[in-house]
Amino acid sequence: MTERQAQPAAARPTVGVTPSVQDLPATGTGNHVFDANGISIYYSAFRAVTDVSFSIYENEITAFIGPSGCGKTTVLRSLNRMNDLIAGARVEGDVRYRDAPLYGPGVSPIAVRRKIGMVFQKPNPFPKSIYDNIAYGPRINGIRNKKQLDEIVEKSLRQGALWDEVKHRLKTSALGLSGGQAQRLCIARTLAVEPDVVLMDEPCSALDPIATSAIEDLMKDIKSQYTIVIVTHNMQQATRVSDRTAFFSVLRNEKSDTRTGVLVEYGQTRQIFEDPHDPRTQAYVTGRMG
Amino acid sequence: MAATTQRPVVDLREPASWRKTKNQIMTGLMVLAMLIIIVPLVFVLYTVISKGAGIISGQFLTAAIPPNVLPANLGGMGPAVVGTLEITALASVIAIPLGVLGAIYLNEYGKKNVLARIIGFMADVMTGVPSIVMGLFIFSIFTLHFGFSGLGGALALACLMLPLIIRSSQEMLSLVPDALREGSYALGASRARVTVTVVLPTAIGGIVSGCLLAVARAAGETAPLLFTILTVTSTNTNVFSGANTALPAQIFTNATSPYNGAQARAWGAALTLIVIAFILLVGARIITARFTRVGR
Repeated sequence: MTERQAQPAAARPTVGVTPSVQDLPATGTGNHVFDANGISIYYSAFRAVTDVSFSIYENEITAFIGPSGCGKTTVLRSLNRMNDLIAGARVEGDVRYRDAPLYGPGVSPIAVRRKIGMVFQKPNPFPKSIYDNIAYGPRINGIRNKKQLDEIVEKSLRQGALWDEVKHRLKTSALGLSGGQAQRLCIARTLAVEPDVVLMDEPCSALDPIATSAIEDLMKDIKSQYTIVIVTHNMQQATRVSDRTAFFSVLRNEKSDTRTGVLVEYGQTRQIFEDPHDPRTQAYVTGRMG
Repeated sequence: MAATTQRPVVDLREPASWRKTKNQIMTGLMVLAMLIIIVPLVFVLYTVISKGAGIISGQFLTAAIPPNVLPANLGGMGPAVVGTLEITALASVIAIPLGVLGAIYLNEYGKKNVLARIIGFMADVMTGVPSIVMGLFIFSIFTLHFGFSGLGGALALACLMLPLIIRSSQEMLSLVPDALREGSYALGASRARVTVTVVLPTAIGGIVSGCLLAVARAAGETAPLLFTILTVTSTNTNVFSGANTALPAQIFTNATSPYNGAQARAWGAALTLIVIAFILLVGARIITARFTRVGR
């Protein structure tokens, strides 16, 4: 635990991490959806994440795991430019979405987010009816036809495994739903705009095991149509649902008393949990922390 | 029945202590403070109702204002009621859109940038400007050039309402959780759409009640009107030209006259004004309750 961490965070590209991405197809098509190359993310002067590189593959579930403060959520939010909303946040390095630079000149965060949806840690239904929550995204995209909206609402709620529970009360407030239902509503709301990618930021951390299991099943169901990236604190969840796992950790620089998040190891979920190559990964997945 | 193993009885009562005494003293002080606040309010209401209720009638609310020497049972306050309603309404039409849009700019667009900081600071300064100074301001830049009119009064009242509306609306907008904004952004909404479809509907109850409170405050203002609308004795339905009158201004002129009839009409006008303000406040409460029914 000493050599690697003693390296200065400011060192050049290969700072302590060369992710061993095994390009063996797991379950998806093998097409690259995201390619991040040496990205560092800053909040004003604070470098939250340093020199992270990875690829995300189509129709797979990729899990980001790691201790608190390792920057996994920050990296996730950089994939659909949600970090743009935070004053002072900026991304250095190259992030490509299907070969298009995500942070290139003229790229509209609005267009990006229509393709790359996001589900948040805390369910955040709008204070509107269940129907209007789902129809919100399609309406943004200019769909006004009542019949078409009805179809989208039903399809999305079915995909979100919520239809049977709410079909009789679509016009009632979404704020009356339980936590698990509200989160499934938020997932259905994201699916309603038919994104290409769904980013999930600890979607189950506020839910009980039954609701969690419902959402995990849902993720596996929709995997054939979407690419999913999920941040989770729950390692069992990563092993249950994901095809690939990226382990992030915190790199402390003793001299300058700074810390930053780094990607320690990235590979197929099985390999990460059963045969980790990096001692820090091993310490974390076996519960000894790193 | 020999004594089984005796378990010690746990005493969960709190022993007499300084904490308990402090609690009692503070509770007593708070009740006292509440009474001190309520007593003047009750006295004001009692006085106004006992002196003003007798004169209120359909005729009082509609008839023209008679010469001060006439007794209380003749004439009424019609022109002042009409004037108050039209001037306050015009002031609201000017101040509410401006104030709410200003608040949206401050909270959703400007955030902490230099312009937003300056506007926010100016709004705070404006809150502290005495109403009579606002009256003088409109008198010098408007009334001196265009003469006395309801519009001048409305402008002065709008200047008073504006900072109240900006600050109360901004407060309501800032209460909208960022999670809702993020949820909307994540679906590909633009900032304008996030504001119109998520932020405003969520905050609308608080914004409306803040606006009504500002309207109620403006309806009761006297000083700015004395410079800008004068007082007249017949109804002027044209709010844009000609001298006008309003309840607060009329109360002031009537109450300073030596005639009993005029003074009785001042009490009646005071009660009418209080009732108008009360209706606005209750309206604000109902609207707030209705919009927050589902919990935020």
